[in-house]
Amino acid sequence: MTNKTGYEPLTSIDAITAGLGSVGYISTREISTAIYLAHNLRKPILIEGPAGVGKTDLAASMARFLEAPLTRLQCYEGLDEGKALYEWKYGKQLLYTQLLKEKLGEVMDGAATLDAAFTKLTSFEDLFFSETFLEPRPLLTAMQQEAASVLLIDEIDKSDEEFEAFLLEVLSDYQVTVPEIGTIKAKVPPLVILTSNNIRELGDALKRRCLHLHIGFPEAERERAIVRARVPDIADNLLTQLVVFVQGLRDLDIRKQPSISETVDWARTLILMHANDLDEDMVRTTLNVLLKHESDIAAVDKDLRKLTRTSAAS
Amino acid sequence: MAEQVLTDFIRALRSADVRVSTGESIDAAEAVKLIGYGDRSLLLNTLRCVLAKSPSEKEAHDRLFDLYFSRTAPPAEQNTSQDNQENSDDDGGGEDDLLSLLEAGDETQIAMAMEQAGRDAELADIRFSTQISYYAQQMMKSLGLERLEGKMMQAFRERTDEGNARAEELIEGRKEMFGRAREHAKQAFETFGAGATLAFREDFLADTAITALDVRDLERMRVLVQKIAKRLAVKHSRRRRKKNRGQLDVRKTLRANAGFDGVPFELAWKQTKRDKPKIVAVCDVSGSVARVVRFFLMLLYSLNEAVPDIESFAFSGRLENVGDTLENEDFAVAMDTIINKIGMSSTDYGQSLSDLKMNHWDIIDRRTTLIILGDGRSNYGDPRVDIFQEAAARAKRTIWLSPEGETQWGSGDSEMLRYRPYCDSMQHVTTIKDLERILDEALSKYN
Repeated sequence: MTNKTGYEPLTSIDAITAGLGSVGYISTREISTAIYLAHNLRKPILIEGPAGVGKTDLAASMARFLEAPLTRLQCYEGLDEGKALYEWKYGKQLLYTQLLKEKLGEVMDGAATLDAAFTKLTSFEDLFFSETFLEPRPLLTAMQQEAASVLLIDEIDKSDEEFEAFLLEVLSDYQVTVPEIGTIKAKVPPLVILTSNNIRELGDALKRRCLHLHIGFPEAERERAIVRARVPDIADNLLTQLVVFVQGLRDLDIRKQPSISETVDWARTLILMHANDLDEDMVRTTLNVLLKHESDIAAVDKDLRKLTRTSAAS
Repeated sequence: MAEQVLTDFIRALRSADVRVSTGESIDAAEAVKLIGYGDRSLLLNTLRCVLAKSPSEKEAHDRLFDLYFSRTAPPAEQNTSQDNQENSDDDGGGEDDLLSLLEAGDETQIAMAMEQAGRDAELADIRFSTQISYYAQQMMKSLGLERLEGKMMQAFRERTDEGNARAEELIEGRKEMFGRAREHAKQAFETFGAGATLAFREDFLADTAITALDVRDLERMRVLVQKIAKRLAVKHSRRRRKKNRGQLDVRKTLRANAGFDGVPFELAWKQTKRDKPKIVAVCDVSGSVARVVRFFLMLLYSLNEAVPDIESFAFSGRLENVGDTLENEDFAVAMDTIINKIGMSSTDYGQSLSDLKMNHWDIIDRRTTLIILGDGRSNYGDPRVDIFQEAAARAKRTIWLSPEGETQWGSGDSEMLRYRPYCDSMQHVTTIKDLERILDEALSKYN
């Protein structure tokens, strides 16, 4: 690659880790390796894992790190190519037709027969189906980027299977096909990141075309680093206690385990409440920041004292 | 050579149920070219990213990676060692491979030689644990067993104390090397064969009559049931809206195009909404049927991804809702409790049906598939066919599963033939495959 594409910072795995760190994303070696491979093999990455572990954030952070634009496509049931790829600007086409009506009359005037008029008209046809009237949606936008960019296809598992199949062209060849215009190939292939919460099993065809990265709940050390990066003014001892507590909580049998984002929220809450140490009352009143189900809060209640003690001791 | 290492690893992965396509193998080769074999943890991260694409596949991958790459030295070194070996071969058969290896006692060299012998014996083809000895024997041959034995016989023939001692030494050496070869073959079996054996056993189990299963198979059955459930879930957890192209939805079209002056650019078509599957299982848990019920319910409750709505009732004398017990407790424990609590009285279909009508009638609605699992042997009590008819009329479909064969229906106290006219289907189930097929059919009706 002699041209400047904007992907130059991705020279090595360590460089990626450092670069992500500089924009506040605490990466692991596995995550950085996946990004490195994705760039060098030109493959999309499919990221799976529980909600709130930083899947979407990884894409956003990559964009910040590369100083490249982020194109985001949020998937949902019923999403179709009209909303994902392109749409004709019908209104504008209609308006132009109305305005040009008289002009058209003039042009057509010269045509003696119906046949001649038709031939004349066909020569203008492309005017109305040109890029001027094309409304690019996220996928097309991503393909049209002049330099490095990040394309995030968020929560792909929420979309329909038809849409998944439609994506295959984008994912394997970095190109999209608009019937009226032709195939548009990406000038510089974007870094494609897909995320899934595993609401439904994704198709094999899609998985085959992607690298696969599973991000789980972080180890204590990494979680500390993440909270520190997000909440810089937290005291060391509170940070340690809080992370031990959350990690302990994840070992319990509850419906929804607290995610990293909830740990961060909790850290902010505790700072707002001027807490210096974890104590049982404080934990009890703020537990609803961490746990989002009434039944989970009830289930944790009996272990709360023990958990708080072990955390406070650390 | 490096390629061979990777292809063998991929073979091992495939044997352990990790689906690796050709495209992915190429990706893996390119990725490895990029990062090299030098850094083990980096290699692990890379391969699990390229080859394993679900949590369970990642688990299998990590296990095999440890097994496989603890065995195989980095390919670069292998090349040199191979050259060495070829050189020593070229020196003419004078040098005894096995013997010199033993005498040198160089662990790495022995390991290399074993590796080479394993390749010569095509160890990657090993599938069953019974083949370990055979492959070990093949490896010994490739290591030069014959020459060693020749020397041994020669030493014996000398008929001197010295010769005997030398022969004894050789016998010891042979024993030791054979032990090593066995060990090596065993590890290869764990890498390449264990998955295949498991798959073979699972196929076998799926075709075995549930009533004939051994206690020690139960754990394996649990795994198998999970797999089947997953398969069904993948197939049936699709979206619930069906586009019915061809019928224009005029109102929707007009609304959608109001912005374009009523010129219909965007057409909207009528859609039919699919019903969400709902299954109501009514199971006879008296002695004769309990075993089949156990697997049926296990499969049913593993399906919650595809079937959000499951209700289950167990009866012998009286009928009770057991859904909560099954959902909230460990399955095996819950099942034992149910069978002990409910399955002990004498079977009465009539009473159980009227319990269903009295207490749980609302549960059966037009999107319900009602599945009855039982032998229909009601101890000559009134079978209350009238209630059954009514239930079948309320439900979308009614399926009766019987562990008894069709020839026995209607014999003795069996009321199967009297229930039969009201069932959409009445089937004989013996194996777990039957259960899979029946649930598959039942769920397909919601499409």
